[in-house]
Amino acid sequence: MLRYTLKRALSLGLSLVVASLVIFFVIEVVPGDPASFMLGLNAQPDTIAALRSELGLDVSKLERYLVWVGGMLQGDFGTSYTYSTPVTEMIGDRIWVSLPLALYALTLSTLIAFPAGIYAASRRGKPGDMAVMGATQLGIAVPNFWFAMMLVLIFAINLRWFSAGGFAGWDKGAAAAMKSLTLPAIALALPQSAILARVMRSALLDVLGEDFMRTARAKGLTRRQALMRHGLRNAMIPVLTIIGMQFSFLLAGAIIIEQVFFLPGLGRLIFQSISARDLIVVESVVMLLVFLVILVTFLVDLAYAAVDPRLRSRT
Amino acid sequence: MSLLSVQNLSLSIGPLPILKDVTFSIAPGEILAVTGESGSGKSMTALAVMQLLPDSAQTTGHIMLRDEELTAQSEKSLCAMRGNCIGMVFQEPMTALNPLHTIGQQVVETIRMHAVMPKAEAEAQAAAMLTRVGLPQDRFPLSRYPHELSGGQRQRVVIAMAIARRPRLLIADEPTTALDVTTQAKILDLLKDLVAEYDMGLLMITHDLAVVADMADRIVVMRKGEVVEQGDTKHLLANMQHPYTKALFKASGHQVDLPSAKDGTPAILSVRDAVRDYALPRTQLFAPRAYHRAVKGVSFDIHHGERVGLVGESGCGKSTLTRAILGLEPLQDGSITAFGAPVGPDMPATSRIKTQVVFQDPYSSFNPRHRVACILTEPFHLVDTPPTGDALTQVISDVLTDVGLQPSDSQKYIHEFSGGQRQRIAIARALITKPELIIFDEAVSALDVSIRAQILDLIAELSRRHNLAYLFISHDLSVVRSVTDRVLVMQNGEIVEQGETEKVFTAPQHPYTQALINAAPVLPDLAALTSQTETSHDSA
Amino acid sequence: MSLSRNILLGGLLCLCVVAAALISFLWTPFDITQMDIPNKLQKPSATHWFGTDHFGRDIFSMIMVGARTSLAVALVAVGIGMGLGVPLGLWAAANSGSWLDELIMRGNDLIFAFPSLVIAILITAILGPGAVNAILAIGIFNIPVFARLTRAGALPLWQRDFILAARVAGKSRARISAEHILPNVANLLIVQGTIQFSLGILAEAGLSYVGLGAQPPTPSWGRMLADAQTMVSFAPHLALIPGLAIIASVLGLNLLGDGLRDHLDPKIWVMRT
Repeated sequence: MLRYTLKRALSLGLSLVVASLVIFFVIEVVPGDPASFMLGLNAQPDTIAALRSELGLDVSKLERYLVWVGGMLQGDFGTSYTYSTPVTEMIGDRIWVSLPLALYALTLSTLIAFPAGIYAASRRGKPGDMAVMGATQLGIAVPNFWFAMMLVLIFAINLRWFSAGGFAGWDKGAAAAMKSLTLPAIALALPQSAILARVMRSALLDVLGEDFMRTARAKGLTRRQALMRHGLRNAMIPVLTIIGMQFSFLLAGAIIIEQVFFLPGLGRLIFQSISARDLIVVESVVMLLVFLVILVTFLVDLAYAAVDPRLRSRT
Repeated sequence: MSLLSVQNLSLSIGPLPILKDVTFSIAPGEILAVTGESGSGKSMTALAVMQLLPDSAQTTGHIMLRDEELTAQSEKSLCAMRGNCIGMVFQEPMTALNPLHTIGQQVVETIRMHAVMPKAEAEAQAAAMLTRVGLPQDRFPLSRYPHELSGGQRQRVVIAMAIARRPRLLIADEPTTALDVTTQAKILDLLKDLVAEYDMGLLMITHDLAVVADMADRIVVMRKGEVVEQGDTKHLLANMQHPYTKALFKASGHQVDLPSAKDGTPAILSVRDAVRDYALPRTQLFAPRAYHRAVKGVSFDIHHGERVGLVGESGCGKSTLTRAILGLEPLQDGSITAFGAPVGPDMPATSRIKTQVVFQDPYSSFNPRHRVACILTEPFHLVDTPPTGDALTQVISDVLTDVGLQPSDSQKYIHEFSGGQRQRIAIARALITKPELIIFDEAVSALDVSIRAQILDLIAELSRRHNLAYLFISHDLSVVRSVTDRVLVMQNGEIVEQGETEKVFTAPQHPYTQALINAAPVLPDLAALTSQTETSHDSA
Repeated sequence: MSLSRNILLGGLLCLCVVAAALISFLWTPFDITQMDIPNKLQKPSATHWFGTDHFGRDIFSMIMVGARTSLAVALVAVGIGMGLGVPLGLWAAANSGSWLDELIMRGNDLIFAFPSLVIAILITAILGPGAVNAILAIGIFNIPVFARLTRAGALPLWQRDFILAARVAGKSRARISAEHILPNVANLLIVQGTIQFSLGILAEAGLSYVGLGAQPPTPSWGRMLADAQTMVSFAPHLALIPGLAIIASVLGLNLLGDGLRDHLDPKIWVMRT
């Protein structure tokens, strides 16, 4: 188990290094150099030169990469050119909107998908299954930001149960903050839960065909007991994969949903930075997002091993 | 009063009739074998007794366990009986256990499913049961996972699970078909002992007539869902009434008419000190790779027109050796020469023409999207100037006729053929380049006995007609004995014994060969049985 | 063999969207480049079937032209994903266990760490926004999807005896991949293709919505939604209709994919039972 964890951790580290290299060099290939790109066409040569030295562009690429990575390792993401604020500070404010939103949505999605998938699998081919499958088919087709607009229209504008947007802030208490994240989280979660429910159902149906399910029935377990005791855990392996992937979709989706609800999260930051051509912020936020996705992949790998003894013992 | 009594059981799945008027019974302490070829409905009979049929199944008739009518029980009371009054052992030990639970958990589950007791007590019972089936706690603690056990050990766990509650009836559906002969013998002995010890009834489903003759007190022979004949084992073997039973036993002990071997022909294949290693998955990222030596310095020759058998249990390296002989994988040491040229992955196409192969599985041997003509002509890839047009049509017709099929079959797709016909097509594909050596890799192992007999006859006939040499690889000793002149016995990557087939089989020298031959169940001599009356039969 | 309900319904929906996109090249009920301020924000009526937007443009016509953007972006993106992913997957499977396989699969994992939105953000940050961004971002993300699927479908085939037979017949791995492996994974790819197509339409809408996709004046469903957002309280049909258009096309493709999965010779995959 320890060896497996170390191996996955090593792979996590390698992925991060390669991902940071990719991001760094993508930013490097901007037309001209980052300084003139950020300042635009009308910039004075001496302003550009000043920014160049401020950005450290006069040293070699390798050195700059190492400085960037070294800074990030110490929690220093550089200073925003547009706002003259440390990027770490800007991210620190906003990640407490985006990350809770993604996790809130992931929780909702799982809470909806598991019972729905299990129910459909246990009623295979019957009306209950057909109804769940029909609903998920529709759920997958709904764009989450459009769904968000419809939620605003119904629950904020017409029913006035929620505010149409904005974020209460954690200093107003967790309940208020969670309430302002509720509609966005639902908008994110429902389409994802449709996918997850389908995966859950088909994983369970695959497991139901396994020999050991028949063995379980021969021991005297009822269908339901066999499904819950032997089916569910075996079906978790494909389901975990999808949950891991969903996190990255939810994080990306959160960026879009923040636009609908005017939430002050990473999405807002990144779109403002793109229009302000603030590459330092873009680079760092992208790195942060990629880091989160890779981290979740690592956690999912650990979860596999927790579920499957074969992985624990193999390497 | 009988323990289990099945009366006029008929079963259909949708419009498809599966069983017709099946009637038999089992007494306590009795072993009843239900046998027949694929499609006979024998496994469905077992599932019907367990009442674990597909939802779409419709049954009529009676299944009585003592005085309880199983077909009339509620699902709830059936669950209370399964695992408690009736235990079941399945064919595939590799997949019959939940890979995520320990063996202890799985045996304990049966116990606590049917009896209220503290966990510790159930674990003690499970440990005792695992010890009883041959998995002592010091080597196989309850905390083991199935993937840490071999096939035979897993089957012991399945048996422990099935008998943990001392059921009155045990059902075993092909319990040893997936196992090696030596393991099979041990598992069969275990089942026999358990039946005697617990006075259980055993309903055993098997296609292997030698096992049937060896194990069963009584035999039920089924065909296409119907019981064609049943009776006391000794009596039935001596007085077979139904032509199907006779045909089945005849095919099972089939001896092919092999043309006599010629001496002094030149060697066409020479294997010298062949070594083949497999890289194991890396355990540590930067550690050097570990290797498994699958073939450890094997040497033998095959002469022109000679028929050589290769026997050994799974994992002995025979498949690896086959791939090396076919030039698909490189050797780490030693050499293989065929028809004077070295064999290896880089050998020129023209050197491959004279050695062809027939695989085991008639279902995976062909690209399902190709027509027979396209499948047959694939080896022409090896020929510089393959025949075209009418010449090609002629070659295809000839080779199809040669293996007993119709020239018109060349335009069909593979799913239009039965298993036996597919194996004929596989042989035709091997023959089309007129090779001098054919490798038969478990080529009849997936076939029913009657079909197997026909294919073996075909192989013998082709060997006569084309003066073919072949290497016949099989785990089935009786088949190898009947179709080869010389035999190689392989164990753990080494050839431990080789010699003339009859000599090796009648007077094996190496302990492993002796163990193999002793473990293999043998059909009793039916002729001798028929002439005997009521005298005890010596099956050694 | 009769076609299933899924295929018929899905096919019909897809046909409608494709027809709308194709017809829009020749004819639309109104000229969408023409503003008609007096008739702005009209509710659906006999003249304007889906109503008009804040510039008085006919929404039905915009939906038709928008279908073009959605389909084109998704089609090219799936093309990129298949065109690169399938050969990579075949190559990896043919050399499974080698460092090449390892490299391809690790490369795939790496791309998976960049959700298409993130790729779009990176590209936009450098090249500025545009429909090409959307195509590239979605296309790049599709590569590992197809590479993994192809490899997963091909690996068990390589263990099958008919592949061994082809190797005994002296055929190279590349030739076996093309001749035996690809046709046998084609069904998988077609089904996944329709699903990725539908995901492409969703992704394009999302990117256009946040301004990283098609730019004005190119009409696109996602942009229409973005424009509608501030008016959703008094003109909900502006938001409703493009959303329904997206749902109809995605639903259509998914139903078609599901139907095809059941229809396309499942024998091949369950042959052993």
